[in-house]
Amino acid sequence: MSIINYASREISCKIVYYGPGLGGKTTNLEYIYQKVAPETRGKLISLATETERTLFFDFLPVDLGAIRGFKTRFHLYTVPGQVYYNASRKLILKGVDGVVFVADSQVERMDANIESMANLHENLAEYGLDLKDIPFVIQYNKRDLPNIASIQELEVHLNPYGVPYFEAVSVRGIGVFDTLKAVSKLVIKSLS
Amino acid sequence: MTGAASWSLNEHDFHRLERVLQNFLYVSNARCALLVDRAGQLITTVGEAPEFDTTAFASLAAADFSANDQLAALIGETEFSSLFHQGERASMYLADVAKRLILVVLFDNRTTLGLVRLKVKSTVDELTAIVEELFARTRAEPARPRLESAFADEAEDEIDRLFGGL
Repeated sequence: MSIINYASREISCKIVYYGPGLGGKTTNLEYIYQKVAPETRGKLISLATETERTLFFDFLPVDLGAIRGFKTRFHLYTVPGQVYYNASRKLILKGVDGVVFVADSQVERMDANIESMANLHENLAEYGLDLKDIPFVIQYNKRDLPNIASIQELEVHLNPYGVPYFEAVSVRGIGVFDTLKAVSKLVIKSLS
Repeated sequence: MTGAASWSLNEHDFHRLERVLQNFLYVSNARCALLVDRAGQLITTVGEAPEFDTTAFASLAAADFSANDQLAALIGETEFSSLFHQGERASMYLADVAKRLILVVLFDNRTTLGLVRLKVKSTVDELTAIVEELFARTRAEPARPRLESAFADEAEDEIDRLFGGL
């Protein structure tokens, strides 16, 4: 639910990184935080447990600067991946403008990916949203690990609508900005 | 592709909201008032300019409010329409506005919780009237492009420039 404020000439859009626990959602945000120019981004807020698992969310605002007189900003959020944090996950989806699903490519995480994707559908449905209608991309993360599923296999299970997907190794930054670029362009398109 | 329902705020609405908040600060003696939407985006700040990061503050305030809504539901309440956090020097009071926005008031010992609470009540009624009118208008408007296509083109170029090669 982007807000276009004609008085202060600001546009803010909310992008949520979703996916199973330990899939690399927070790592995506941390990499973005490290790499974009400091004047472009705000503080990275992490509500995490003592063991650095996301408890509620991570939050990073990224500023595009003024576009045709409108200060344009993306608010990037992650959700906690573990199954039992669903209440918090649902809250973060409120007002979402675009979604990135960060899938863990390891074979043994396929079920967790499928479960998380089903959960994403369910939680969006509670806000009256359907993944078919909102800006949505998938990131297949951890492509550098030895025991990974093939892209075809991941596509069959996770991408029935054929949305754009990106292969990534988020700890090394590979694919992180390709994913962000794609989802942010889709979000901008949905505004015009 | 359409995004989630967006809404826009014109200058007239914005100034009406600000006037209500300014009046509230005058009668309550609170330091500053922020209006945040339920998705965590800051709409406006009135009063003493905060020294903290207001973007982060807005996202945390919305999360705080949403989490408390869920806690209310768990104990069989429909909602906690307001929240109070007491600090040593500064305190904050959060109140729901039409289930769309959150009014966040920061105050110190120049006023009292009782006065803030009292004045928030009528302020929320005034803000609710404006917000409901605004959303009714948004619903009544036929779906139409809200930003010129040149905006999207320029924004895409900027996305490439900022995020390219990183």
